[in-house]
Amino acid sequence: MQEDVISLIKENVIQGRITKGDEGMDEGMVGQPGVTELVEQAVASGVHIRDVISKGLSGGMNVVGQKFEAGEYFIPDMLASAEAVGAAMQILQPRLAASGIKTKGTIVVATVKDDLHDLGKNIVSILLRGAGYIVKDLGNNVDAQVIVDAVREENPHFLGLSALLTSTMARMADVIQMLEESGLREQVKVIVGGAPVSEEFAQSIGADGYGADGFQAVAIVEALASDTES
Amino acid sequence: MPREGILVDRPYERLTREQVELIHQVSMQILTDPGLISFNREAVDILHGHGAAVESIAGDHQSWQVKIPEQLVLKALDNAPRTVKLGARNPDNTLIMHGDEPRVYFITGSETNIWLDVHFPTYVNKADPTREIRIPEFKPRRGTVDDLCQSAHICEHLEMVDGYIRTVNIQDRDITGDNKDVNKFFASLNNNTKHFMSGLTSLKQLDNVVRMAELIVGGKKALEENPIISFITCLVKSPLQFVDDTTATFIEVCRRGLPVAVSSSPQAGTTAPIKEAGIMAQINAEVLAGITLGQLVKPGTPVLYGSVPVRARMDTLGDSYGSVETSQYNIDCVQMARFYGIPNYSTSGVCDSKIPGQQSSIERLFSDIVVAMSGPQYLHCAFGLLDCNSVFCLLQAVLDDAHFKMIKFFLRQPRIDQPEMEAALKQMRAVVTTPQKLYISYIRPVLRSGEISGIYPFEGSGETDDVFEIAYEQMKDLLARPVEHIDRKITARIFEEIPGLLPRLNVYERGS
Ligand code: B12
Repeated sequence: MQEDVISLIKENVIQGRITKGDEGMDEGMVGQPGVTELVEQAVASGVHIRDVISKGLSGGMNVVGQKFEAGEYFIPDMLASAEAVGAAMQILQPRLAASGIKTKGTIVVATVKDDLHDLGKNIVSILLRGAGYIVKDLGNNVDAQVIVDAVREENPHFLGLSALLTSTMARMADVIQMLEESGLREQVKVIVGGAPVSEEFAQSIGADGYGADGFQAVAIVEALASDTES
Repeated sequence: MPREGILVDRPYERLTREQVELIHQVSMQILTDPGLISFNREAVDILHGHGAAVESIAGDHQSWQVKIPEQLVLKALDNAPRTVKLGARNPDNTLIMHGDEPRVYFITGSETNIWLDVHFPTYVNKADPTREIRIPEFKPRRGTVDDLCQSAHICEHLEMVDGYIRTVNIQDRDITGDNKDVNKFFASLNNNTKHFMSGLTSLKQLDNVVRMAELIVGGKKALEENPIISFITCLVKSPLQFVDDTTATFIEVCRRGLPVAVSSSPQAGTTAPIKEAGIMAQINAEVLAGITLGQLVKPGTPVLYGSVPVRARMDTLGDSYGSVETSQYNIDCVQMARFYGIPNYSTSGVCDSKIPGQQSSIERLFSDIVVAMSGPQYLHCAFGLLDCNSVFCLLQAVLDDAHFKMIKFFLRQPRIDQPEMEAALKQMRAVVTTPQKLYISYIRPVLRSGEISGIYPFEGSGETDDVFEIAYEQMKDLLARPVEHIDRKITARIFEEIPGLLPRLNVYERGS
């Protein structure tokens, strides 16, 4: 029974179904429980949360990743699966500490002030959630002060900043400087991205990492996380 | 005499009359339910003052839900001019657009961050070192004000460029948020005598650029009669949101009565429904919302129905200008604008490809041909753009010019009438009686009349493909041809009166 529900969770992550109302990749899935219902069910029946996460959610995402690499899946498929994992993590979150599981980390993301481009930032958020991170998305056109306050209040491991305009790129540097002035810089790793942003630019403003797309965003966060641990 | 563009006699249309009306009706429903979210206070006040229902929305940024009733939109459509004139430093470059007349003008655009240089390194055949070929290599770098001058310069000489939208985002170290607008306007206007359209980086600079234009044409009144500049504003962010700063800019441009393109750029799949019906109803609602606001600010403000709809790429969710649906949406928008009788600012020619080559040629030609066939009045983005609007390449612009010449030729109306037929019959009756039975002697009078299309101008001589090298030579020739700069006296006044201009842009003071 336990194996059943876990393999169903995995299968539904692959199908990208959050709730029972969702369509999947295959026909005729509407009405069957989706990832959130299955996770509730697993928790209620005492399945170990570690297995739900590693075998069900991550197991499913690994398959999705392979399918994407193989050109079988496209970004909308990937995002649907990542969203399903994100929704599952939200259900599991309150129980993680009790089960002795460390979360992968919290990340605050925002598109900087005067910049309304949020598509890329949203994709990054969904993929990070899908990778098991807790993401607090502050939205677009966000004041540097609001970002700094969020870092102070949420105490996240990472801060992700997005800018799509050459005129707003500099706002990322402002945020980093304000973090320094507020004595918060040491406690958070700052990663940056957006079409005009580059590795060199990231270095020049003292960011800890740069990602050219959503996958690199996840990769850089994972790399920085393991740096911190080691 | 305005520029002639090309009049498309029987424009290609995709939608039936019923479909056009359905899109219109659904757009009207969208404008009241859900309506638009406005992050701009003034727009809310203006719309509310004319009967739109308004409700404040809780959240970090001040915003309001605005429901625009149909009669407000219809009245605005009544007030919007059916004919829009875009002036030019050289009056022969004036553009006159009638909403109901499918006359196409080919325009550049848009503000790309990257400028693509090209050079031709030589490669030696490993098996036979006596054989060498030159292969183009493209190198991206950040655009500068010098690049913008060069681009404006070349576009002055490219025959098919009817109007100029700044093609590069100027990112020099001495360019700041405050001096960017004046410098991009001056660089463009000083190197090009065609109509100039641009977005504005800072609203604070609006009066400076308008003043610059007034100095060039000889005063306020003269600018009204010959609006050598116009603006492009993307005031609605899809889906259905009036953004704060661009809406503020739009309102101020309308107050000054200068021509403005109200554009919306929804992306099917992300910021608009993935299917045609949905994106069409949404973009139409978004553009109409902008036009309505503009006409309430100042009835009679010359506006263009601006459409930049695209489909999302499935592998990145970035824009896919190269996808065929993107052309379909654009053609639909042309038809909607014509339905309203308002001149259309449409999009074609942008490709997904990052460099000039086979992919870029196929993607851009496909959309250039089909969208031009639908008869938009102001076809932007058409020259030199690559990588979904992020890259501009002069060499590509030179190639595009040749392609537009072909398209323009193709779109000419057929000459099949009684006199033509009589002449043809006469020829036949004569030719059949000759020993060779050939029509060759009749070619010559036609040959020089412009009635025969030319060969592909970049055709190489041998077995190699020399297109890029030949185009590159032409590009250098065009750059070497002088342009008519703004005269010394007016330049001096502009530099005196307009703050923030880079001294190196003053061609009369250079080297001194
Ligand atoms: C869509 C779009 C818009 C939409 C935005 C819709 C939305 N909800 O986001 C609208 C129409 C609203 C818009 C408005 C404007 N835009 Co715009 N826009 C674009 C466009 C075409 C695509 C951007 C996009 O969404 N890409 C798809 C996403 C998936 O990719 P992405 O954002 O790059 O994100 C990926 C990576 O960069 C990375 N990433 C992103 N963020 C982060 C963060 C972190 C931490 C990490 C690690 C990674 C990461 O991962 C993402 C996922 O793979 C670009 C052109 C381009 N090719 O980039 C122009 C572009 C950015 N816009 C431009 C301009 C000029 C404007 C306007 C000023 C237009 C106007 N005149 O009104 C306004 C400005 C509004 C404002 N104040 O912000 C210019 C910018 C030039 C410049 N000066 O820098 C561009 C380059 C187009 C052009 N050539 O003219 N725009």
